[in-house]
Order: sequence, then structure tokens, then C-alpha cells
Amino acid sequence: MMTLHRSLRDERVWSFALVAPALLTVGLLFIYPLGFSAVSAFSAEEEGGWTFANFIKAFDLYSNDILFTVVIVSLSTVLIGVFAIAIGGYLTLGENLYAVAILKWLYRWPLFIPFIVAAQLMRTFLAKNGLMNNLIVGSGLLEPLQTQSFLDWRGIVITFVWKQTPFVALLVAGAMASLDRSMIESARNLGAGRLRILIEIILPQVRPTIVVALILSFVVMMSVLSVPIMINAQTPTMLTVDMAFRINAYGDYGVANALGFISYLMTGVVAWIYLRHGVRQGGSP
Amino acid sequence: MSNVWRGVVVPWIPRAILLGLFAFAIFGPLANLLLWSVAEVWYFPHKLPLEWGFDFWRQVFKPRGNAMLSLNNSIIIAIFTVIVSLAIAIPAGYALARRNLPWRSLILIAFLLPQAFPSVAVYINVARIFYGFGLAGTYVGVVLVHTVQGLVFAVWIATAAFSAVDRELEEAARNLGASGLRTFMTITLPLALPGIMASAIFVFLISLDEFTGTFFVGVPDVVTMPLLLFNASMEGNYQIASITSLLLLVPSVGFMLFIERFLKADVLAKVGN
Repeated sequence: MMTLHRSLRDERVWSFALVAPALLTVGLLFIYPLGFSAVSAFSAEEEGGWTFANFIKAFDLYSNDILFTVVIVSLSTVLIGVFAIAIGGYLTLGENLYAVAILKWLYRWPLFIPFIVAAQLMRTFLAKNGLMNNLIVGSGLLEPLQTQSFLDWRGIVITFVWKQTPFVALLVAGAMASLDRSMIESARNLGAGRLRILIEIILPQVRPTIVVALILSFVVMMSVLSVPIMINAQTPTMLTVDMAFRINAYGDYGVANALGFISYLMTGVVAWIYLRHGVRQGGSP
Repeated sequence: MSNVWRGVVVPWIPRAILLGLFAFAIFGPLANLLLWSVAEVWYFPHKLPLEWGFDFWRQVFKPRGNAMLSLNNSIIIAIFTVIVSLAIAIPAGYALARRNLPWRSLILIAFLLPQAFPSVAVYINVARIFYGFGLAGTYVGVVLVHTVQGLVFAVWIATAAFSAVDRELEEAARNLGASGLRTFMTITLPLALPGIMASAIFVFLISLDEFTGTFFVGVPDVVTMPLLLFNASMEGNYQIASITSLLLLVPSVGFMLFIERFLKADVLAKVGN
């Protein structure tokens, strides 16, 4: 009975007190440094005051790498989307229960494997004497001396796709499994092929899940340092490597933060496209 | 006979080829890692290692060696990250699940922010700020960075776990005269414990696997397993890098195989709500 006398305001103060430590942690250890990096990108380190000098220098030195990053991450995102939809589609529409069970067991393995381990795996697998080349040589398709190392931009894309597809496929398959089966069954009874059912009936309904999962993957790939450093040490390389290099070699926070700001902008553009798209979709029935 | 051939075997041919290729794509890299971990001499163009053995395993598990030191570092940091995360996520999760909080969804979104921005530039500045407080290159600094990374999972899963607890049980305890704190400790927390455990395991793994934040904040004194892996790989010591990778792989794959047992469907359905 005592609790009834406690006023609503007291209740709210208590509730906030319970959430405060967690919010403070995110505020001090993430939002504050994020703001700090944005401010530093536009500041002249030595003279003080505001400037675009960091951005001019960043574009001078790294415009190739900016383009390279956009291409690699976009290509990986598209491939991840295609594979994830294929896996989710087969898990939902596959008619052979054994094949579905095998696929379900197979596809999740890389899900929680850390990026740095994935990078090391691919560093050995895709090398000149890696298992992939050995298999190709073994099957007689290539001579040993014709083999080439895939440890360049292709290696980065392969590693990203290998590591991130299970995550997107898991979410997409979950969304597909929770759809109403009756529409799929009636389309099937009318003689629609599985590919057509997937593209025309299932995909439009799970599109929000696919887009959110792909955006999260996009951000993750923009943040990974280990994969580009370990797979592709030559230039051009990805922005994360350039940022680490600016700090470790020159202590140049201005340009590193300008590159950081550019990478925020890239994810910002992707999120903006999604939001605009979402609003337009919401307007139609 | 020919019917069986046409009805069973023929449809399996494309399926088997596709599944086989897929299995190779998934397990090929893992097999290559296993080979490297027991290879003592291996160079191009030899398809298989020239000499096999466990010499590098002995080197890794040598007491007081670099590898054991970094394994210890990783485990200590992960344990403290779990303790700090749970200490702030349990009260927050309870408040978000049970109390009337204004801007509740905004607060939930706030914990997602560290996942919504490319983080390398943020870590660079965290390291710079920590340097001013003497936290750069310390265990405390690394634990704090790992805590932020894991917080969204800790808070969201804790919130879902508390939401899944039946309110009537709490009300029954209150009606029998139990205080709020006692109800929480004897009814709510024990019932939410499986979900909390799942979030603890998740945070432990995130901390164990974290590379980028440690790379900037931990240097030069705190070397964890992922940093050891990185250094070994960049020096061309693929054996040590592969063995370290294997040690990191085991808990990750184990978690993937058993997550459904820890995270019950009723809790999973409430994550993010």
C-alpha cells in the first residue's frame, strides 16, 4: 500500500536513476568522442580556429581510397543481399527437407566468427598456395604457375561476403518464416514458379528487414580495420587503414578525423536513402 | 529401377553440387587454418605442408610465453567487461521493461548508436581523450571500450528478459507483503536469469573478439588475443596466427551452435521492443 502514496515524479526520478549509468556510458564513451572527432575534422590543430584544410588534404591524398572504399563496400553489400535472399528463399520454399536441413546447418557457421579470424582464414585460403588454388589446380583447371593470389580487392570482398552473409540471411530467413503461408500456397496452386513467388510475393513483404540488415552490414564493413589491413596491404586500400596510418605514422588527427567524417557521411547517405525510400513506400498501399 | 533413378537421384545432382560448393566455401577456409596450425614447414608451390607437428602449439601454451599472457589478458578483460556491463545493464533493463519511462524508445535507440557509426574515427578520439586521463594503454581503458561495444546487446537482451517475466508473479509477491527490492531479488531476477546469462555470454564473446578498439586504446601495454593474432600474422608467422585464430574460433562457433538453448524464443521475440 505504501507504494500508492509515492508520487509519479518520484517514480520517474527513480526510473531515470536506474537508466542513467548506462546512458552516461554511451554518452561519455561514444557520443562525446564522436562529437570530438567531428569538431577536430574542421579544426586547425596548430593555429586554432575553423578550417577545411584537413578535408582538402584528405581528398588530395586519399581520393582514390575513398572511391575504393565506396566500391568495395557497395559491391559487398549487393552480393551479401543476393546470397542472403537466395539462402532465405531456399529455406522458405525448398521442397526437399533434407536439403533445407543441410543448408540451415551450413550457412550459419561464420555468424559469430570475429572479423580478425575471418581475415586470417582468408589470408591463408586465398593465397597463392591456399586451399582454393590447390583445389583448382587439383581439378586440372589451372597449372600451378598460373595460379594467382586473391589477396587484393577481391579478397576483401570475399571475406566481407563470407562473414556477413549469415547475419543478413538469418534475419531475412526469420522474416520470411514469419510470413503468412496462405498467399504463398495459393500462388503455388495457381502454378507460379518458386523464383516468381520469391521475387513477386515474398521479397516485397520482407524488404524492410533486408534493408535494415544490409545497412547494419554496410556500417560494420565501414568500421572493420583488420580485414583490409590483413588482406590487402597495398594501395589503394580502405579508409579505415588510412586513418590508422595517419595516427600511427604521423599523429595527424586532423586528416584522420576528416576521413572519419567522410565515412560518417557515407553511412549517412545510405541511411538517408533508406529513410526517403521508407517514406515513399509508406505512402503507397 | 529407372523410376528411382529419375525420381531420387537426378534431382539431387544439382542440389548436391550446389551444397557441396557451399560447404567448400564455408569449411575450406577453416580447413586451411587447421592445416596451418599443424604445419611446421610449408611454402609455395607445395600443396600440403612439408613437415607436420605440434611445435607451435607447445610454443603457444608455454607457461609465461607471450601467447599465454595475451590469453590471460583477454579473459581478465572479458570478465571485467561482463561485470561492468551487467552492473549497468540490469538496472537499465529493469527500468526499461517495468517502469514508465518517457522517451523509452529513444533511450533504447541511444544504445544502438555505437553500432550505427563507422567506429575507427571514434576509437582514435577515445584513445586521445583517454590519454589525457592516463587511461590509454590500461586494462580499465580497454574494459570501458569493450563495455560500450557490448552495451546494446546487454541492455536490449536484459530489457527483453525482464519483459518476459510474468507480472502477476511479482504482484502476488507484493500482495504477500514482500518489499520491492525483495520481490526483485527473489522473483524477477531469478526468472530473468537465463536471458541475463545469454547477454553475459554475448558480451564476453564481444570483448574476447574485439580488435579495433583495443588496437587504438590498448597500445602498447595491453596485448589481447586478437592483437597477438594480428601481430603474428603481419610478421608472417602463420602458425601462431592460426593457432590463436582457432582458440578464438572455438567459443564463437560453440555459441553459434548453442545460442538457441540460452536465448529462449519468448525472450528473443521481445528483443528491441
